[in-house]
Amino acid sequence: MSSHQPGTDRRLKRRHQAEAGFKSILLASVILVVVILSIILVTILWKSLPALKLSMILQTPGTGYYLGQQGGILNAIIGSLEVSLGATFIALIIALPTVIFLNTYLKRRSFLAEVIRLSLDVLWGIPSIVYGVFGFLLMLMLHLRASLLAGMITIALVELPILSRALDETIRLVPPELKEASYALGANRWQTATRVVLHQALPGLITSVLIALGRGLGDGASVLFTAGYTDRITTSLFQPVATLPLAIFFQLNSPFPEVRERAFASAAILTLLILFISLLTRYFGRKLSRHKVR
Amino acid sequence: MKKGKGQELVAGLFSLFPIILAISIFLLLLVKAFPLLSLKSLSTILFSSAWQPQRGQFGLWPFILGTLWVTITAFILAAPLSILTAIYISDYASGRLKKWLVPVLDLLAGLPSVIYGMWGILLIVPLVGKYLAPLFGTYSSGYCILTAGIVLAVMIVPTIVNVSVEVLSAVPADLKEAALALGATRLEVVQFIVLKKSAPGVAAACVLGLSRAFGETLAVMMVVGNVPVIPTSLFSPAYPLPALLANNYGEMLSIPGYEAALNLVAIVLLFMVIIFSLAARLYLNKLEGRTD
Repeated sequence: MSSHQPGTDRRLKRRHQAEAGFKSILLASVILVVVILSIILVTILWKSLPALKLSMILQTPGTGYYLGQQGGILNAIIGSLEVSLGATFIALIIALPTVIFLNTYLKRRSFLAEVIRLSLDVLWGIPSIVYGVFGFLLMLMLHLRASLLAGMITIALVELPILSRALDETIRLVPPELKEASYALGANRWQTATRVVLHQALPGLITSVLIALGRGLGDGASVLFTAGYTDRITTSLFQPVATLPLAIFFQLNSPFPEVRERAFASAAILTLLILFISLLTRYFGRKLSRHKVR
Repeated sequence: MKKGKGQELVAGLFSLFPIILAISIFLLLLVKAFPLLSLKSLSTILFSSAWQPQRGQFGLWPFILGTLWVTITAFILAAPLSILTAIYISDYASGRLKKWLVPVLDLLAGLPSVIYGMWGILLIVPLVGKYLAPLFGTYSSGYCILTAGIVLAVMIVPTIVNVSVEVLSAVPADLKEAALALGATRLEVVQFIVLKKSAPGVAAACVLGLSRAFGETLAVMMVVGNVPVIPTSLFSPAYPLPALLANNYGEMLSIPGYEAALNLVAIVLLFMVIIFSLAARLYLNKLEGRTD
């Protein structure tokens, strides 16, 4: 049949060639993205091998550490965990009531809800270095010095919009029928929010918290002026605290190759921590979809 | 008092915090930058290229240009790659492949800035300095705009892809199926239906990525050279605004006007970012509301 119109055949062929060409371009870009990620991970892990010893994660910097002698970065590992856990806790205390209020007490299109969402969007856009500047100014006003507390507060501000957005999305996924059933049983809005909505959204809540924690753990720009740095393990809210991103940053600037190698090892440790959190997030994320009510 | 009213009040008060925070960041920075603005006009500061804090000269032009060069380079590199990847994920990839790709992107999005910066120093700086610059017949230390652009591009790819995939997936399946049933190839479906419907959304995703790139600090300052000159090519070093803040903030107390100048830098950066970020976000919110 097609032999009657030789042009159609050629056009069809060209369309299929275009399709094949497009598909290979798409595939190439996906492969490029995956390859770049692998290169990043492989480069960091491979470069870190010479300095990646147990002492790195078990010791604080000894005397002469920054000249290439004994020690590790336990101070920064513990410091980073202290800062990011504290910050995530503070952020959660603010974000959770906000999101509950947004989703159960306010109508979706009410003025207050729009303004709150708008300001969360504004906050989401603010770069972490500006949060660092704001945190520093706040610190001066409160007569605080660069400390664990100041670092925690600043990172909490960075995490707040990320956490709120993630929580908002999870809580919005809770089927309205569940809420209606709860109201029908005579529960008030607070009981519905805390015992029905939050219960249903718990895996999503954990995922959101983990995402925020990962962000806090890796953010260096905001703690640059607010957390200070120390070679000791921080035991009080008012002492300065070392963080992993800054440990990597400072060690990379060293003229000593041994110290630079330790920066690579520190980066590998940070990457593994982030990787671990990312896997945990995956795990709870999967749970979230498993318990979906249809 | 009715039961639950107390909690409602507390939750309501907490929810005002984001509003108060957003306003106070703008206000505090403005107040702290004011001493300089009362001395010189905003336009002289923004468009003068003399940066000599000791002599009281705070021209921000080289830094603004540095930010623009780096960000736009990253944007040009990242946008096509991200859009193609997003199309593949939303319209071509099988369910199993998607299950692999999405975590990869999430991981890429979750890696800290300093890790990207270190990767840039280890791989991209030598690549640009030893191979790319000679290829174009110029000399470069490798610490330059192109390097920063490449590193930054990799960093914003996941943001653009994730948002784009959401936008692309929102195109109704029956439209695509109708076209396929009429004999369209998948390319034609993408070209005439998917992109036609979602082009503004994809553009918004790209702008959102752009706004992230503006404020990125550590990764960029590690590879961009930090020399306050007006950039002339991709291979010249630059000194973007976030790097200026990171290098000098907190240590400037002795020079008069310096503190105010750096606070002004923060405001300029803030406005550059917020305009793009908010425009994109508001458009995407509207889009999301329509598909509800």
